[in-house]
Amino acid sequence: MNMTMKVKVLYFASLREALGASGEELALPAGVDTVGALRAHLAARGEAWQAMASGRNLRAAVNQRMAGLEAAIAAGDEVAFFPPVTGG
Amino acid sequence: MSAPSEVSVQEADFDVGAEIAGLGEGRRDVGAVASFVGLVRDINDGSGVSAMTLEHYPGMTERALEDIVADARRRWSVLGVRVIHRYGRLEPTDRIVFVGIASAHRGDAFAACEFIMDYLKTRAPFWKREETPQGARWVDAREADDSAAARWEGAEQGALGTDKGIEESWDEVEQRR
Repeated sequence: MNMTMKVKVLYFASLREALGASGEELALPAGVDTVGALRAHLAARGEAWQAMASGRNLRAAVNQRMAGLEAAIAAGDEVAFFPPVTGG
Repeated sequence: MSAPSEVSVQEADFDVGAEIAGLGEGRRDVGAVASFVGLVRDINDGSGVSAMTLEHYPGMTERALEDIVADARRRWSVLGVRVIHRYGRLEPTDRIVFVGIASAHRGDAFAACEFIMDYLKTRAPFWKREETPQGARWVDAREADDSAAARWEGAEQGALGTDKGIEESWDEVEQRR
């Protein structure tokens, strides 16, 4: 069994600015297998990453579809975090 | 010849007249074309806006718009659809978004057009960053947009009848004239 799985994580808009990063390749420790667990894992990095701690103004997508905190993550997935959308 | 694409996410401006004309062109079954154009305003939340930059999520944005169009096609009788959304830096009076719907009757065209805009506002990954005299700021999502989209929720089965009902009653009113 794999100890870690690799995923691609993307950040957009105000979150991208707050984190100073638009994305990264991440090897996730065992147990980090949902959007919610990944969010908690990232928020635990501290400082700017605390911006991800509150789910209120955070949205997520897995493989380019909107996803809730309970959504499963598998190796090779593209997971994105961003604020509520404001197009149109 | 392959059909022209229904959804475009692009930096370039678009020709509203040509897009509207294209929806009805050569279609003898089209009786109605409804359209919406969104423009950059020079004021928002009490501040002057000199420009805005639209960020998007390449790939997901197109997919989200295609999903919304497919949803509209399930709810109403739609003969043609065109959705264009721009990204990049835009200034007041610039066009941001175009939605055009061709249908046999106006009821479906109006409803599908409004539905696509309401869902686009809350589901398509675009973010606006405004330039104001106080500096640049990210636009906050508006609750009014959420409630506008919520009007269509759970309506997939039930309100299809309701919408048809409205259209039928309008047709009846016309026939009586």
